[in-house]
Amino acid sequence: MTLSIEHLAAGYGNRLVLSDISIPTIKDGAFVGLIGPNASGKSTLFKTLAGLIPARGGTIHLKDEDITHMRRRDRSKRVGYMPQAFGCNALLTVFESVLLALKQTTGWRVGSDNLDQVSDTLAALGLAQLSNRGIGDLSGGQAQMVAVAQTLVRAPEVILLDEPTSALDLHHQLSIMTSIKTEVRRHQPVVIAALHDLNLAAKFCDRLILLRDGKILADGTPETILAMSEIGETYKVETDLERTKRGVFYVDARLSA
Amino acid sequence: MTIDVSPAGMRQAYASQVMRRYVVISGVTALLLISFFLDVSTGPGHYPLSTVLDVFADPMSHGVRLKVIVWDYRLPVAVTAVLVGALLAVAGAQMQTILNNPLAEPFTLGVSAAASFGASLAIVLGFSVVPAVGGLLVTTNAFFFALLTCGFILLATRLKGVGSETMILFGIAIFFTFSALLALMQYMASEDQIARIVFWMMGSLSRASWEKIALGTLLLSVAIPFSLLRTWPMTALRMGEATAESLGVDVGRLRVEMLICISLLAATAVSFVGTVGFIGLVGPHIARLLVGEDQRFFVPLSALVGALVLSLTSLISKTITPGIIYPIGIITSLIGVPVFISIILSTRRERLS
Repeated sequence: MTLSIEHLAAGYGNRLVLSDISIPTIKDGAFVGLIGPNASGKSTLFKTLAGLIPARGGTIHLKDEDITHMRRRDRSKRVGYMPQAFGCNALLTVFESVLLALKQTTGWRVGSDNLDQVSDTLAALGLAQLSNRGIGDLSGGQAQMVAVAQTLVRAPEVILLDEPTSALDLHHQLSIMTSIKTEVRRHQPVVIAALHDLNLAAKFCDRLILLRDGKILADGTPETILAMSEIGETYKVETDLERTKRGVFYVDARLSA
Repeated sequence: MTIDVSPAGMRQAYASQVMRRYVVISGVTALLLISFFLDVSTGPGHYPLSTVLDVFADPMSHGVRLKVIVWDYRLPVAVTAVLVGALLAVAGAQMQTILNNPLAEPFTLGVSAAASFGASLAIVLGFSVVPAVGGLLVTTNAFFFALLTCGFILLATRLKGVGSETMILFGIAIFFTFSALLALMQYMASEDQIARIVFWMMGSLSRASWEKIALGTLLLSVAIPFSLLRTWPMTALRMGEATAESLGVDVGRLRVEMLICISLLAATAVSFVGTVGFIGLVGPHIARLLVGEDQRFFVPLSALVGALVLSLTSLISKTITPGIIYPIGIITSLIGVPVFISIILSTRRERLS
C-alpha cells in the first residue's frame, strides 16, 4: 500500500472545509485526477496532505508510515506540492528557480549532482530553451511549467499538482500532462492532479476522485465516474459520456435547460 | 546567439554564470579596498599613500603624530564607513526579501526617524531609556528607539492581512510620527541643542570609535552565518509566499528570525552614524542588477556595494572642500540619488545573463 487517507478533516479558523475524507490506497505510479467545482475543497485537501495546514482528524499513511503529523520540512521531501498561485518578479533565472526548489531539501552546497538533476528535469519538461531566461519574463504558461519543474525536480514520492494546466494553451496542456505521465512511468510516484478539464482528466488519469462541499462523492475509473449522473449535478450542467473513434472518452456538457 | 539546450549545455551556462558572479564580487571587493585606502590617506594633513601604508603596517614608523592621525582619527572613520555601509545594505536587502518590497530599508520603514527621535530625547532632555550609560547616552537612546520600531514592524507582519504595500504605508506612518515628535523636541530645545540634533540627523562618521567598530563587527559576524544558513529558504521566498511554503519553508518563522537579525543590524548602524538614507536601497539594488537574487551572491554583494558607496561618500565628504568634512547623509542623498535614478533608468530593461 502506498498513499491512503482515512477520515481526514481540515479547515481554516472556525470553518471546517474537509470532513471525513477517506481515499483508499493509491498505488505507486497511479495518476489520479481530483475533480470538482470551485471551492469544493481540492486545494484544502492538497494543503492538508502537504502539511501546510494541520489535519483536524483522521490519518494519512504513506508507505505504511503515519505522516499525518509529520513536520512540514520533513514531509516536503516526500510530498511535493505545486500550489495554484504563481507569478513573481524575482531576478532569478529558470535554472536558478528550479535549483532553489531542489536546495530546500539537499543541504547548502550546490553539487554537480544537483546541477544534473536540475538540467535533466528542465530537459524532460522541454524547458531547456528557457533555462537562462529570467522568471519574471515568462508567459503565464511558461511560469506554470517552471512550477511543475520545481515540484518534479525533488523527485517526491507523492506529487500534488493544483491545476497544472490552467494557464496553458492546448499544445502545452497536452505536453505537460504527457511529461507528468512520463515521470509517473519513470519514477513511479503517486500523482494527484486537481483538474478542471474533465476531458483532459479522462485522457490521462487512471482514477478520478470527485469532490463536492468537502466530501468525496465518487471514486473510480474515469469511465465510471464520468458516466455518473453526479457529475452533471455537481457542476450544474447536463452531461453525456461519449467515446471517440480512438477509444478516448470525452464529456459532452451543456447548460441545463 | 544559439542556445545549447542539452543538459550539459545548461549546466555549462549556469557554471559560467556563477563564475561571472565571482568575478563581479571580486571586482567590487577590489574597488572597496582601493576606496578604503584612499579614504585613510585623505584628510587635512597631506601624507603620501606610501607613508600611510607604512603607519598601517607599523604604527610608530613615522612618529607618534602620524600614529594618532592614522590610527585614532582616520582608520576608525574609514572602517566605520565600510562597516555601517555593509550593515545598512544587508539590512535593506533582507528587509526587501522578507517584506517582498524593493523599497523597504531602515530609512523608509521609519527606523532612522525613530533613532533620530531617541537621540534628540537624550540631547534635549538628557533622558535615557537605559539607565547609567554615561557617554553613550545618545547612541543608546537611538539604538533603543530603532529597535523598538523594528519590533513594531515585526508585530505588524504578524497581523493578518498586512501585505507588503501596507508595510511601507506603516513605515511612512512611523516616519511621520517620529518626525513630529522630533519636531516637538526641537521646539523645546535650546539653540545649542538644536545644532546638535541637526548635526546628528545629517549623519556623520566622526562619532566613530574602536568600541563601536568592535560591536558592529561582532554583530556582523553573528548575522552573516545566521543569514547564510537561511539563504535557500530566503531565495525561495523570492518566488512568493505560496511557492516558498509549498517547498517546505516555514515562512512565518523565517520572517520573525530574519527580522530580529535585521533589526539589530539596522539599529546598530543607524545609532552609530545617524540618518544615512539610500544606502539600504542602493546597495541591494545594484547588487540585484549585477548578480540577480540568489541570496548566496546577492546578500554578500549588497554588503560590499553598500560598504563601497559609504566609503566613497566618506572620501568625497573630505575632498569637496579641503579642511571641511561634510555630513555624509547630505552627500549620499545629493550625489547618490541621481546616480541611483540613472542606474534604474539605464538598466531597467536589461535583466540577468
